[in-house]
Amino acid sequence: MKPLLIKGSRIVDPAQGIDDTGSLLVSDGVISWLGKKGDTSPSADSDIIDAAGLVVCPGFIDLHCHLRQPGFEEKETIATGTRAAAKGGFTTVCCMPNTIPPLDSQATVDYVKSTAVEEGVIRVLPIGCVSKGREGEELAEMAELASAGVIGYSDDGNCVVRSRLMRRALEYSWGFGRPIIDHCEDTTLTEGGQINEGIIATRLGLQGIPNAAEESMVARDIALAELTGAWLHVAHVSTAGSVELVRRAKAKGIKVTAEVTPHHLTLTEEKVLGYDTNAKVNPPLRSQADVQALIQGLNDNTIDIIATDHAPHTEEDKLCEFGFAPFGISGLETALGSLMTLMHQGYLSLNTLVAKLTSEPARIIGDEHGQLGTLAVGAPADITIFDPEQEWVVDTRHFASKGKNTPLADSRLKGKVMATVYGGNLVYHDNALKLKTKG
Amino acid sequence: MMSTLRQKEAPALPKNPDATAKTPVWRHSHILDVDDFSPQEIELIFSTTDAMKEVLSRPIKKVPALRGKTIVTLFYEPSTRTRISFELAAKNLSADTVHLSTSASSVTKGESLIDSLSTLQALGANVVVIRHSQSGAPYLAARYLEASIVNAGDGWHAHPTQALLDLYTIREHKGKIKGLKVVIIGDILHSRVAHSNIWSLTTMGAAVTLCAPPTLLPAGLGHEQKHFPKVSLEPDIERAVESADAVMTLRLQRERQQSGLLPSLREYVQLYQLNESRLARAKPDALVLHPGPVNEGIEISPGVAHGPQSVIDQQVANGVAVRMALLYLLVGGKSI
Amino acid sequence: MTKKTVMTPEDMRRTLARIAHEIIERNKVLGHLVLVGMHTRGVPLAERLAANIASYESLSIPVGALDISLYRDDLASLELKPIVQRSDIPVNIDGKSVVLVDDVLYTGRSIRAAMDALMDFGRPRDIQLAVLIDRGHRELPVRADYIGKNIPSSRDEEIQVQLEETDGVDEVTIIYAPAPKEAP
Repeated sequence: MKPLLIKGSRIVDPAQGIDDTGSLLVSDGVISWLGKKGDTSPSADSDIIDAAGLVVCPGFIDLHCHLRQPGFEEKETIATGTRAAAKGGFTTVCCMPNTIPPLDSQATVDYVKSTAVEEGVIRVLPIGCVSKGREGEELAEMAELASAGVIGYSDDGNCVVRSRLMRRALEYSWGFGRPIIDHCEDTTLTEGGQINEGIIATRLGLQGIPNAAEESMVARDIALAELTGAWLHVAHVSTAGSVELVRRAKAKGIKVTAEVTPHHLTLTEEKVLGYDTNAKVNPPLRSQADVQALIQGLNDNTIDIIATDHAPHTEEDKLCEFGFAPFGISGLETALGSLMTLMHQGYLSLNTLVAKLTSEPARIIGDEHGQLGTLAVGAPADITIFDPEQEWVVDTRHFASKGKNTPLADSRLKGKVMATVYGGNLVYHDNALKLKTKG
Repeated sequence: MMSTLRQKEAPALPKNPDATAKTPVWRHSHILDVDDFSPQEIELIFSTTDAMKEVLSRPIKKVPALRGKTIVTLFYEPSTRTRISFELAAKNLSADTVHLSTSASSVTKGESLIDSLSTLQALGANVVVIRHSQSGAPYLAARYLEASIVNAGDGWHAHPTQALLDLYTIREHKGKIKGLKVVIIGDILHSRVAHSNIWSLTTMGAAVTLCAPPTLLPAGLGHEQKHFPKVSLEPDIERAVESADAVMTLRLQRERQQSGLLPSLREYVQLYQLNESRLARAKPDALVLHPGPVNEGIEISPGVAHGPQSVIDQQVANGVAVRMALLYLLVGGKSI
Repeated sequence: MTKKTVMTPEDMRRTLARIAHEIIERNKVLGHLVLVGMHTRGVPLAERLAANIASYESLSIPVGALDISLYRDDLASLELKPIVQRSDIPVNIDGKSVVLVDDVLYTGRSIRAAMDALMDFGRPRDIQLAVLIDRGHRELPVRADYIGKNIPSSRDEEIQVQLEETDGVDEVTIIYAPAPKEAP
């Protein structure tokens, strides 16, 4: 395979502290040369991407998505989900184990990994279950799952409701160096809930989901992490109170990391007005004050990473009464565009945004799966190239994902992925990309 | 001052003398909620209802306005009273009516609503009146049907025709809505009637006070905000009804106790029942309203329900006229 | 746009006096007479005719108001729905002679609707029609019994009747306004 030269771009690699104009060369699947402006590429015979005006950064890593396979192939498959990820600039995705059967054993984890190699276009790292069958009763065989290569444990979709099980999971996982990723939700407070509790829920006559339902579980989990000394990762933080809890836990030295989704960072509960089932998500879109607190938490590193919680559903799933619609937003393909609105509005620097999608999630995954989230020479050539200024309109008909369920349909975003390189291969590129292939 | 203002607002002369007066005010092709009705639109509904009440007083209570139109009542929740009120209204306007009811138990997913809707589309219904246990179901219908949708009650969300008939009944007795103090007592959280009444009463300039156990009050009320009208909250019933012009009590479903929102019915009755001594704190000519069906002895004492201040029966009678007015305004002519 | 006055306040006063006399002459038994004005301008016209009759015959004739919106045959095709007003027929019209009163007789469709509406109130002995202006262009077999003034008109013209009670002035004008164009 011919080397690939990406030249004349703004190279942003928070892992190496680089934000400079330059070029880079990919050969044999790894980054082989990183040059400053004016440097000459060591390879004369290469394909060339002219990336002038574009940003080149490490491939994005999504620590939280739902690829739905096995069991819900009508919603998404590993083939379609990884293509959607590539289109969104992701080169690594971590898929949640709430499939049928769930990823609670070596066999199912191996199935996902081998399917990803055969049918997928990017790296897929599974997350294993906390409990057998995701039933919230007994611990899954966490050691076996660790040896199968899971990057963490989660019963996502469900909270680990039983405090005793959560305690045991944290304790047991301690030896594997992998986090317990909890979907924090006190279901006794959320039963029947549809959207954020507050005036919008009142106006729409929908049962609310209070912030306290999330916060009480975040508080419990933090207390258990403190008790056990184990690693807690809080999935999709959505409230100001959760941010504050995590902030205080970190200050106390408790081993806790946290993620936030693009939709919780950029949208509020007002999106649900008009009963748009595509804005129905769990945890729900919250208030403006919560959004501000999440942005603040991201900027002060209380929140470590951005993860999509990509949750595809079929159109039929969502074409129904609001109360009957499943929760979830298809998020891989709009992640960058919506996050870039925060950058354009001055809430987030480009460097922070890239770090939260690359070096930071790589730190959580560790080095077991290679040197991820950096453009360092010798690292796998996982590269995302995007145009920070290009405006585009979200047209779900052109989604690679089977899930067209996004409240951003038909909205205008500024910031677009132009190309995704995975292991040296160009797995996605926009038609407008200036690509010169030789021979 | 008022009279000069009114003259200014008087409509311009019709261009063609053979055409009757025009209605630039009305712009609804559906009635999904009252939250987007202007005071002018509500006034138009009132004046049209006046005309419909006159029709109902004639020896022949039927006019040909909606001849050839098909009005379907699609009910996913049983409600004989509301359905019959709509059917009578439709028939008085000479429309053909079809009733479709689906038992709640067979509705597990949305498919059944979407299926019914496509059938109705194919059959060419002009108006579909929907009652549904899920908030927002009529909005789904409005997005997919060409017919006009009338919300006959959806979940906890809205019951616009009931609110309009309540308003009309109050106006009939008080001559106006503006400046009145209206108290709504009971299970506000689960009451679509209360929600729609809050919107329409405040739109017309009434001051609304809500009185309920805090477990039966929806979140976020009681202060100025963008997405909901301003209301006062007063958990104490005696203070709430103080000098009220109208008092509306809501039906208390027994499930509320079972689901733990109330410790007991007995305690609810003690704290929130509208009885004679409590009503005496309101203005002497205060009206008593109830959207029905009444749980006598629970939310309202029998004496008050049947007392001289009760207009509960008139609410039912006005329901037909208000629904005739709404159907007339929706059908038989485009809106701008 | 050109505008021409075809009836002054004085003309209107005389015309309504003549029609009142014609009604008296035609209806031998005035006790059976009911005047019914069609909303909007037929109502004040009916009241003026009744006042005239009362002054000539010292007899009070009941006056009703009729709204025909709910009986129109063009409801489905109208750009704008007519505002329905309250009808008010103060007496039982069974066996009575009802004089319908309207300002302009044009296609005859309003009169058809008015007759249908009246029938829902009872079974009158007969129905007569009084109009201030007959401008022709009938589409239904309808004719007036009492006509204030015949004004042969083209369809491009507009006959505008204004009355003291509704418009502040008694006047009939003919307005010629060919295909409406937006002002520059």
